[in-house]
Amino acid sequence: MADELVQLLSPEGQRVDHPDYECSLDDTAILGLYRDMVIVRRICNEATALQRQGQLALWAPVQGQEAAQIGSGRALAPGDFVFPSYREHGVAWTRGIPPADMLRIFRATETGGWDPQRYHCNLPTIVLGDQVPHAVGYAMGIQRDGAEEAAMVFFGDGASSQGDVMESFVWAASFMAPVVFVLQNNQWAISEPTSLQTKIPLYRRADGFGFPGVRVDGNDVLAVYEVSRRALERAREGGGPTLIEAYTYRMGAHTTSDDPTRYRVDAEVEVWRHRDPIERVKALLAREHAVRSSTFEEVAAEAEAIAQALRADVLAMDAPPATDMFDDVYAEPHPWTEAGRAEVLAFAEEAR
Amino acid sequence: MSPEVFHLPDVGEGLVEAEIVAWKVAIGDTIALNQPLVDIETAKATVELPSPYAGTVTALHGAVGDVVEVGAPLVEVATALDGSAPLGELAETAASTGRPAVLVGYGVAADAPVASRRRRRGAPDSPPAAVVPPTPVAPVSRVAGPVRTTPPVRLYAKQHGVDLATVTGTGREGIVTRADVERALARPAAPSAPRTAPAPAPATSLAGRPVASWSEGPLEEHIPVRGVLRSMAEAMTQSAFSTPQAAVWVRVDATRTVELLESLRQRPAFAGSRLSPLAIVAMAVVDGARRFPAINSTFDAAAQEVVIRRRVNLGVAAATPRGLIVPNVKAADTLGLTEMTAALSALVDAARAGTTTPEAMLHTTITITNVGPFAVDGAVPILPPGTSAILAVGQVARRPWVVGDAVVPRHTVDLSMAFDHRHVDGALASAFIAHVGRFLEDPAPALIAP
Repeated sequence: MADELVQLLSPEGQRVDHPDYECSLDDTAILGLYRDMVIVRRICNEATALQRQGQLALWAPVQGQEAAQIGSGRALAPGDFVFPSYREHGVAWTRGIPPADMLRIFRATETGGWDPQRYHCNLPTIVLGDQVPHAVGYAMGIQRDGAEEAAMVFFGDGASSQGDVMESFVWAASFMAPVVFVLQNNQWAISEPTSLQTKIPLYRRADGFGFPGVRVDGNDVLAVYEVSRRALERAREGGGPTLIEAYTYRMGAHTTSDDPTRYRVDAEVEVWRHRDPIERVKALLAREHAVRSSTFEEVAAEAEAIAQALRADVLAMDAPPATDMFDDVYAEPHPWTEAGRAEVLAFAEEAR
Repeated sequence: MSPEVFHLPDVGEGLVEAEIVAWKVAIGDTIALNQPLVDIETAKATVELPSPYAGTVTALHGAVGDVVEVGAPLVEVATALDGSAPLGELAETAASTGRPAVLVGYGVAADAPVASRRRRRGAPDSPPAAVVPPTPVAPVSRVAGPVRTTPPVRLYAKQHGVDLATVTGTGREGIVTRADVERALARPAAPSAPRTAPAPAPATSLAGRPVASWSEGPLEEHIPVRGVLRSMAEAMTQSAFSTPQAAVWVRVDATRTVELLESLRQRPAFAGSRLSPLAIVAMAVVDGARRFPAINSTFDAAAQEVVIRRRVNLGVAAATPRGLIVPNVKAADTLGLTEMTAALSALVDAARAGTTTPEAMLHTTITITNVGPFAVDGAVPILPPGTSAILAVGQVARRPWVVGDAVVPRHTVDLSMAFDHRHVDGALASAFIAHVGRFLEDPAPALIAP
């Protein structure tokens, strides 16, 4: 993979030269990315614990993919619009979404969790790959508005096999839509390895559709940031879509209902542990930018406080009325949803 | 202050229990929030549970190897006065109702899916129209298949002992409403009537795992003993080395059963259903258990008592793509033939689809293993742990049979049964299997008046 992979920071925290990309960030910005990743991992760990304690129905851990999400999320401009799947907690963090709002859908107290317009970030899409045509449609809308914005859509190696994704590529290419496809290849589509799903590196699929594909070290936040920034600029300037394959690894389970030890070996996980996205940035900051250990401790303390606040927020979330789900299906009352509402009320009456 | 109690949560969308694998804390330990308490193994995964409280451990409920129900107390922690997080509503709900709080997914118990339209394979040859018995079923108000209603009504009916199959639905598209059940409560209930299917299994597999061919596989292949394979190995070993087992067998003339099935298949009530000999055998086993309750029992070595059950949860050994599992038809003694057929169909469909719930495999009281589809005449099975009898049914085939002084071709089948010889003696086992055999030799009267 080495010769195809855009990498600016090695797993050991050493800078790497690349002919096409260079790091544009100063030490304050890099420390900011480090902070983001530490907080997101801490939020993820708290959510996993809450699920194990019976407080969430389910959780999709992001551990290992923090750089792929923070690097791309932080490259976005405020006016850009994000279309996440169900694992994009890091991206949601970069859009300013409160952590508690990320967990509402997993506690099953809301069908969404936040106002997409407010954060320019759509709600988590559970149906595999559905968000990709949504993003392309939105991007075509941007074109028609004549706005200098871009759409960025997140999906995984598993979803990349979906027909919707292929069709989205066709439309995006045909209309030169301002969209950036971020394919986080975390190596496992639940229990199926990527090697079963594709005979060529995934980023090269873009060749067949006629737009650029780039494979970036998804555990290198500096490289992900630069590759994303250029793809977004290109999109906003009318250059059309880009496929970014962030080559990364899901360190945990697919979801809390999954047991990865049943299908993958510890040795593989160990290899990726040495490629941890956070540790390499920490090494760089300590060595090159003389960031002191007290600063790292402050970041950890901040992450801990956020986790505790998140716990308190989640425990305070009450179940909504059962008819809540009908409220936001249509802007106006609709006979079908009203019939559904009546049916739920009748059901509740039978269960009295 | 009174200690906080951490109840076992449902960590996997619809689980009902978990086994304690290892404790990470001891009574008296001071623990922090989210400190690992215990490793548990569920049907889906082995996971570590972190503590929802900071404080001192005052009680651990259960030892390593114990199976704990979802919602049952697991750990008690005396918290500091400034307190830690309160238990959320979900865990409270689970504890107070004794039921797992189902948040998403499929729920803790699935109702029977709609029957497949696939026709049964390998049905016996259609015999010439001979003695066609009348339909041996009580009147029913609808065709075979699960009763359509809503979960609360299902619960309401169950709580009041109303057999939904006997209720005529007046709701939209014939759905049974609460009012229908209330009306049914005002009149005496009557049993109703059924469908079924055997499952052929792939040849080159080991307990559901594919095995490479002779030429393609490695010289020595190592297959990890996990999942269903591990469950199977443990159950068989436990049974074989804890229970002295003996066997009896009998060959019976099942021609009338075959003829009855053929005639029932022509009837609209069974259109599209997978009616098979297994359904009749199931009815026969239930009838036998009713006649000889001692066979439907457990030898409890720890308590030194025999537990006789007057409820049949009829286990059916199923070869699935994942290996051997034994789900059961709950309260099989309350079912008529149409319901039994539907229940067996649903059970086999779920097993094949891999959607059998853990609950469906609990509390089996007696088991049938249908080895006929494997084209063998019989088997000496091993008892599922906790039960006292398992009946193996061989293939139904035309074989020479002596009728009067003539040798004529008849549809015959071999029945064999392993039993727990600690408390079931040869006389009881023989009486039971002979009863099952007589049922198959002349099923219609027994089905009409059990």
